[in-house]
Amino acid sequence: MLTKRIIPCLDVKDGRVVKGVNFINLKDAGDAVENAKFYDSQGADELVFLDITASHENRKTKLELARKVAESIFLPFTVGGGISAVRDIRELLSAGCDKVSINTAAVKKPEFIYEASRRFGSQCIVVAIDARCKVKTKSKQLWEVYIHGGRTPTGLDAIKWAKRVEKLGAGEILLTSMDYDGTKEGYDIELTSRISEAVGIPVIASGGAGTLPHLYDALTDGKADAVLAASIFHFREYSVKEAKEYLKKKGVKVRL
Amino acid sequence: MIAVIDYGMGNLRSVQKALEVAGAKAKVTSDPKDIKKAEKIVFPGVGAFGEAMEELRKRDLIHPIKDAIAEGKTFLGLCLGLQLLFEKSAEDPGVKGLCVLEGEVKKFGVRGPGSGVRGEKLKVPHMGWNTIIKGARGQGPGSRILHGVPDGSYMYFVHSYYVKPKDKTVALTTTNYGIDFVSGIHKDNIYAFQFHPEKSQGIGLKILENFVDL
Repeated sequence: MLTKRIIPCLDVKDGRVVKGVNFINLKDAGDAVENAKFYDSQGADELVFLDITASHENRKTKLELARKVAESIFLPFTVGGGISAVRDIRELLSAGCDKVSINTAAVKKPEFIYEASRRFGSQCIVVAIDARCKVKTKSKQLWEVYIHGGRTPTGLDAIKWAKRVEKLGAGEILLTSMDYDGTKEGYDIELTSRISEAVGIPVIASGGAGTLPHLYDALTDGKADAVLAASIFHFREYSVKEAKEYLKKKGVKVRL
Repeated sequence: MIAVIDYGMGNLRSVQKALEVAGAKAKVTSDPKDIKKAEKIVFPGVGAFGEAMEELRKRDLIHPIKDAIAEGKTFLGLCLGLQLLFEKSAEDPGVKGLCVLEGEVKKFGVRGPGSGVRGEKLKVPHMGWNTIIKGARGQGPGSRILHGVPDGSYMYFVHSYYVKPKDKTVALTTTNYGIDFVSGIHKDNIYAFQFHPEKSQGIGLKILENFVDL
């Protein structure tokens, strides 16, 4: 049976991992390859590299990163951040990256999702959705999609947008709750389960992981197919292996 | 030399790198001459069936590939490279495949029994780590490619379609996702897998090592 995936996420700036693994055994905490190897050895199921460089001149450093990571690990990985053209995707895939994550460009030009998935296949097109709760009453809750790293509201309803990107050919959704991101209080279970039920493609839950039960909740009540986490792994609060052992004990199917 | 066939469909660098780690000289190529010269062929690929056949046609690769298989060269198809060996696919019903093997490529149902814990619906693509079960063939002839790969090993999958061979005896491994589907085949000099050994960490590399040593 297909297992639930545990995916460490690494933020990258100017080709260097920031907020990477806080681990003394690493020769260079900012080196993408060192980080990738570390998580590879721990049994991570995939890796995500998110380029948070503000400048637009980051194409080359992203490619260099993809090339170096692909040289050193045999594990699927995704690169996201600033991807807005078919050329960006082609270059990243041929550098050895398996999937690309598209966020702002998808909202600005939805046909880009269609073009990209037709050309390269849905399996490598991840649409990242950053959502924030807009309306919450007893009877209903609505979330709005944000772009530009969470700075710009779009007016789009997150659930409707998720359904639309699936139709356009996205193969997976990376769903980040802006309300929970960084809180360490757990994933937004309501948002995650609503989106996961609304679409037929896999959903990766992101934002808010602080403890192992949080991962469990997202994968069960949240109906997520995978969980993305950054700080709980980077700061060695838990290892990926510990997380998987915990989930297995609780009856979640994981690869160990 | 192992020729890794490049027809513009996806990440070939990982396959090449994995073969190199497994001890082989691997050349990424779309030149029919290289395919003719090569001792072994690896036929990888991700993306759409119809588009892939079109890319093969544009590069005049259909006959060189079929000839290499007919000559008996050890051949390894991966992911789309497995599906293209068959006659047709539900992905692009009007397009003829390489027709090296009899059978067709079908799409996963959106819902199905055994699709997950708590009766969740079946998500497509089938994406992530799943186990391979060696059938009767997985123990017999052709099983050398799975030498040292335990039954139930986890491999990385990402696909929305699966192959349905007419001749069931070609199945080397099966995997369950809603249904039991054929995730590995062997027939004579042809080996092919639905999963990505080049993305399946050490256990995937073991399969590629075995292929290099065949």
